[in-house]
Amino acid sequence: MAKIFAVTIILIAIGSAIPIVMHTWDMPQDISTHGPLIDEQFKDTMLEAGISFLASQLLLAFFIWKFSDPKPGAKIKSFPGGAAGLVIAAFVLVGTEVLALGVFGAKAWASVYFAPPAANAMPVQVQAGQFAFYFRYPGPDGKFGPIHVDQINEANANFFGIDTTHDQDSKDDIVTAEMAIPVNREIHLLMHSKDVGHSFFVPELRVQQDFVPGLDLSIHFTATKVGKYEIVCTQLCGLGHYNMKAYLEVMSQEDYDNWIKQQAALQ
Amino acid sequence: MHDMSAHAVQHGAPTSFLRKHVFSLDHKVIGKQYYALALVAVFVGMFLSWLMRIHLGWGSFAIPGLHLLSKTGAPGDVMTPEYYLQLMTMHGTIMVFFVLTTAPFAAFGNFFLPIQVGAEDMPFPHFNMMSFWVTFVAFLVLVASFLVPDGPTLGGWTQYAPLSAVGSVSGPGQGLGVVLWASSIAIFCIGQLLGSLNFITTTLDMRTRGMSLMRLPLSAWAWFITSVMGLTAFAVLMPACILLILDHVAGTSFFVPSNLVINGQILPHSGGSTLLWQHLFWFFGHPEVYIAIVPGMGIVSHVLITNMRRPMLSHKVLIYSMGSLAVLSYMVYGHHMFVSGMNPYSSLAFSFPTLVITIPSAIIVLIWLGSLYGSKLRINAASLFALGFVSMFISGGISGFFLAQPSIDIMLHATYFVVGHFHLVMGVAAMFGIFAGTYFWFPKMTGRMMSEPLGKLHFWLSFVGAYCIFMPFHYLGIAGNVRRYQAFTDDYLIPLIPVHKFITIAALFTGAAQLIFLYNLIHSRFKGAPAPDNPWEGTSLEWSTATPPPHNNFGDTMPVVYHDPYQYSIEGASTDFVMQTSPEQLKNPHEEK
Repeated sequence: MAKIFAVTIILIAIGSAIPIVMHTWDMPQDISTHGPLIDEQFKDTMLEAGISFLASQLLLAFFIWKFSDPKPGAKIKSFPGGAAGLVIAAFVLVGTEVLALGVFGAKAWASVYFAPPAANAMPVQVQAGQFAFYFRYPGPDGKFGPIHVDQINEANANFFGIDTTHDQDSKDDIVTAEMAIPVNREIHLLMHSKDVGHSFFVPELRVQQDFVPGLDLSIHFTATKVGKYEIVCTQLCGLGHYNMKAYLEVMSQEDYDNWIKQQAALQ
Repeated sequence: MHDMSAHAVQHGAPTSFLRKHVFSLDHKVIGKQYYALALVAVFVGMFLSWLMRIHLGWGSFAIPGLHLLSKTGAPGDVMTPEYYLQLMTMHGTIMVFFVLTTAPFAAFGNFFLPIQVGAEDMPFPHFNMMSFWVTFVAFLVLVASFLVPDGPTLGGWTQYAPLSAVGSVSGPGQGLGVVLWASSIAIFCIGQLLGSLNFITTTLDMRTRGMSLMRLPLSAWAWFITSVMGLTAFAVLMPACILLILDHVAGTSFFVPSNLVINGQILPHSGGSTLLWQHLFWFFGHPEVYIAIVPGMGIVSHVLITNMRRPMLSHKVLIYSMGSLAVLSYMVYGHHMFVSGMNPYSSLAFSFPTLVITIPSAIIVLIWLGSLYGSKLRINAASLFALGFVSMFISGGISGFFLAQPSIDIMLHATYFVVGHFHLVMGVAAMFGIFAGTYFWFPKMTGRMMSEPLGKLHFWLSFVGAYCIFMPFHYLGIAGNVRRYQAFTDDYLIPLIPVHKFITIAALFTGAAQLIFLYNLIHSRFKGAPAPDNPWEGTSLEWSTATPPPHNNFGDTMPVVYHDPYQYSIEGASTDFVMQTSPEQLKNPHEEK
């Protein structure tokens, strides 16, 4: 039975690795400027974790195969190098591995979060609420008017609580249910939640950031490929969480200019 | 190390039914009560997971009789989105608190810690009794939320604020359901704090003559380390839950900021912090992972040693490594919050200890593997589950490499990769630890043997089944499959639905295999072959007393300990194993300097 167990472990270990090696289910194609660093980090981690996984499982299987059902009178043997050797091995091998992952991973993280957005990054505001995203563009003046929570009224499509009567900055703001951005242009996304926790996740963009009620956050990114992608909510926000989504359309600058004009006309 | 005569616990053998079986002061009965509670809880939790899995595979499938659980949650026996989330929340809460904390720590620890240290009982038997009954009440309070008008909370076992703090305006179950959830967990914390106090004092102050700390078996060390974690972690969760309740019933705003608008209403809260809840919750939540798994490490080490017929390569290294896990577990909790809006520099500060914690974990695994080398491994249901634990711990642990790094977490956070990771490492591995402990200690606990063939069959189906369920979770996560969705309507998720169907089928089969265990457990309890005092030829104190142990554990004479716990395969000894209580002088004992 021990030998069958050993073979089962080997089959499971190899079987588990096959979809990874064959890329059966892969991360969606990256469309961001910062994505390659994340993808590289993911691949390096997969390689190191994969080797550790296979080596440990195969060793476990081999020892079960070899040392079960011993002959009568068999004596126990000590692993060469004993515990000290294994502790040193863990510190050296795993320590080096985690140090390398930590240092290079920090670089990838820093590229996303430590650098401020460029001065000419295009601002877009996103508001999350149960169970929809809405987007606001500042219009020609480049400024967003303030949010007045007492004026938020979904029936009147005033999702941001904009007061165009009194706020000069709000007059040209453009509110949409879909997000469109020009390709190869840095976007500065200003995030606001009106009710509970939500998240902004676009797998292709390698962006995921929670909305924190009471705390306005921002992220910045540049999309490099024209196309239509889904924005999904990943923070449990209530019964409609699974259905909270919007589309991100990455357009050529020309298409974007036309789109924003059309949206402005619709306000 | 103390003379037990000075510390004997003063309570005689009970005579009434109530004192013997219900409000018992006997740590062994309390251990069994915890086990029974965990057994009920695990089947409730598993049943809920079946319902969820069926819904995820075939969303419009009418599950016969489901409306009996909730008319509004399952009209026409088809689950509504909110009911899915309510079942999911209850599944997670029941499994984490009432199974993974209760069984390996409270159940086995209660039964065996006093015996393994050589004590008559725990030092505070009334606290011990109270800890169980408080936990039982906590379970009833949680389950009661199924009976309230809009059902249990749907906020997930993590109950992130402000969804959890603003009341029913944020969704069904978010009013009374949350209050019941938070009350249940606060009460549960009281039980764990009382239990932890007892475990710590038992270990430090109740050891019999000759039982130095380093002579304690690894299982006893694991329970001791876990109890220290429990004392500090639950002490944080309890006030957090009380504050959450106050936000509901007293109009406070601990976790709710100002200017929130839900359903067109501006909420009358101001000044709270939503991230405060996350900090408090995860300060408990990450040690909780180790509260669930460290007892399993101890139990599995104990079971493996007995079946390898040799001590671990190093007793001390394993103890220090488990201790390191406990210390580090408080420094890593922020890795649950990488994308929460926490300062991005903090993410790096939490990332490094998270990566470092893999070192003691790797040491533990390597010591297990290195000790298997050259051993005389006996294969039985207990050792199979113990070896299965090692395999699962490796698989679940290694995926932690990914989640420890904030840059990769951007892609994997809140996806099924995380679900696969924690189910393998703290769910399945911990369950395998519980199974290993059950097959190993059942004879001592009940006086009867369990069926080995049924135990092995249970193992095979569980081992293969668990991998079929939880390994594909990782693939789904890599493909961006978000967790906590009741249906997959996004364009990029639709192609993944066949994988979910496969997982559902695997979950139904693997769950059904647990009925074999249940049958084996109940049948063996009443009809199993009588167990000898030491069926596995073990060396620690639980095997030197009668089966089942008498009320005061060791009869008229308290044991005296002469050896380190695991004297197997000693050259020149009269038998293959030398018990801790054997006065036999050994020429070459296993003793670590």
